[in-house]
Amino acid sequence: MNLADLIPPFDIRSVLIDPWTTDFPEKGWILLMGFLTSVACGWVGQHLLLRRMALMGDAISHSILPGLATAFLVASFLFGQRTDSSHAARDSSVMLVGAIGAGWITTLLIGMLHRRSRIKQDAAIGIVFATLFAIGVVLITLFADHVDLDADCVLYGEIGFVPFQPTLTAFGIPLGPVPVTRMAVVTLLTVLATLLFYKELVISSFDAGLATSLGIHAPTVHLLLMGWLSVVVVSAFESVGAILVIAMLIVPGATASLVAARLPTLFTLIVVHSAISTVVGLHLALWLDCSIAGAMVVAGCCLFTIAWAAHVLLRARDQRHLSADIPPSSASEESTSTALT
Amino acid sequence: MTAPPPTPPTATPETPPPLEIHDLTVAYHRRPVLWGVDLAVPAGKLVGIIGPNGAGKSTLIKACMGVTPIAGGWVRIFGAPLSRAHRRVGYVPQRESVDWDFPVSVMDVVLMGRYGKIGLFRRPSRADRDIARACLDKVGMLPYANRQIANLSGGQQQRVFLARALAQESDLYFMDEPFAGVDAATEAAIVTLLHELRDRGCTILVVHHDLPTARNYFDMLLLLNLRRVAFGPTDEVFTYELLQKTYGGRLTILSEVADAVRQHGGSIP
Repeated sequence: MNLADLIPPFDIRSVLIDPWTTDFPEKGWILLMGFLTSVACGWVGQHLLLRRMALMGDAISHSILPGLATAFLVASFLFGQRTDSSHAARDSSVMLVGAIGAGWITTLLIGMLHRRSRIKQDAAIGIVFATLFAIGVVLITLFADHVDLDADCVLYGEIGFVPFQPTLTAFGIPLGPVPVTRMAVVTLLTVLATLLFYKELVISSFDAGLATSLGIHAPTVHLLLMGWLSVVVVSAFESVGAILVIAMLIVPGATASLVAARLPTLFTLIVVHSAISTVVGLHLALWLDCSIAGAMVVAGCCLFTIAWAAHVLLRARDQRHLSADIPPSSASEESTSTALT
Repeated sequence: MTAPPPTPPTATPETPPPLEIHDLTVAYHRRPVLWGVDLAVPAGKLVGIIGPNGAGKSTLIKACMGVTPIAGGWVRIFGAPLSRAHRRVGYVPQRESVDWDFPVSVMDVVLMGRYGKIGLFRRPSRADRDIARACLDKVGMLPYANRQIANLSGGQQQRVFLARALAQESDLYFMDEPFAGVDAATEAAIVTLLHELRDRGCTILVVHHDLPTARNYFDMLLLLNLRRVAFGPTDEVFTYELLQKTYGGRLTILSEVADAVRQHGGSIP
């Protein structure tokens, strides 16, 4: 088999032009959804990175599954079986309650496991999220009639279906497909919350001791952040799924932190990173005819790789300049000492 | 740079002491690290906390600041619990307790000292920035205001922490090993600054590791080893007998102690 046959032909018209012209009513929603998801995940994820708990995103995105399953199960017993898709608002609130509950339980369980015993934090995270995720899978398959959740959809999401979701109308004005509108609200609140609580978030990340002494209760900030992380993750589920959400939480912030020296720049760069990876990802997906969300994350990871390579090359260049400034005798001493160790 | 403003030199019974600790007990994993500590620090004193490793020096400060939960006893700051007094308290944690790769500038860190006074939802005002700049100038770090903190030396990092504490404009300060790993020039600068703060009427508690310098730096000493061994004016407490009681049988330190006491004309039994 010829290797070249595996790569689809590159048709400029259908890959690069159509999504912005004839297909725009449909592809526009996908782009918007991708961008909003990436910005919300990127901003929340940046707070995780600053606290050195990127793995908590991994944990919560998985352990939300049993939360959702339980919430849907309880809702179906309380309000009866869902008959049509017009209960968008009810579904959303059920999802949010389940997600926040699961997020907090995960956080508290992890904290309890590693505080009360010899289990280290990374092991505690691994145990808790794997267990909860497994319980979620069991619940979904056991109560498939009552729980309107598809395991495939939860894992991988399908951003391509977003334009065909029922449109949400407020006061007679059509706003957009339900998932996009919900994500827009969540993204807006994420940005607002970060700006409003900027001081508290930054100081409790940088110096929890000082924060506590100033009367900012760091554990509360942590719990609120984890709750908010759950909200963002559950809103992103439908489009990108549990696995790609992890990438969207970490990659934009990690890329920006290689470039930016201060937080305001960093948060701005996350928005830029989201925009580029969304657009490039969509074109990539149209060309290769593959998962759109997957392609968006791949594009984001390419940006990270470029930033990382540039960072490493620049640092190596700086070090060459530095060693050129050092007198030859001490430089040779340094090289012998490093050779010895 | 002289003429300290007049401040009430002694605490009368009506004005509560800046720091009052009663029967304070702290335990980690059921092992006590501080046991039944009583302390009342008078106003306007520079107090050194000394004792061997693991004696609970840092824990005492952290318990006072609410960072470490206490198992028993209580802490009063100006007669009130910390939750009602945190605006009057400044804190300098150990330098290693924070991530110096954090994406903030020197100025950002010093502004954090103002956060307690700024209030929720507000941004630092021009006045806050002016105060932060003045504090940076005081520790000789103003030229570095816009640097990222990752590019600082150990001494510079400590100066930034100190500038942040100054920006808190507190009446009572807790400092956890501000002299650890700093250069001689920074150490001298910090000592001058501490004396200046003290002369302004501030009360400062400093965890200190180096015995020979302890005698020159502090007005009062707290000798600590799980329990309070002694607390009082430096001249009365810095004796071979009490230090031996504090450090137990650690010979290397004891010979150091002997040297330090001898240098200052003390007698060794």
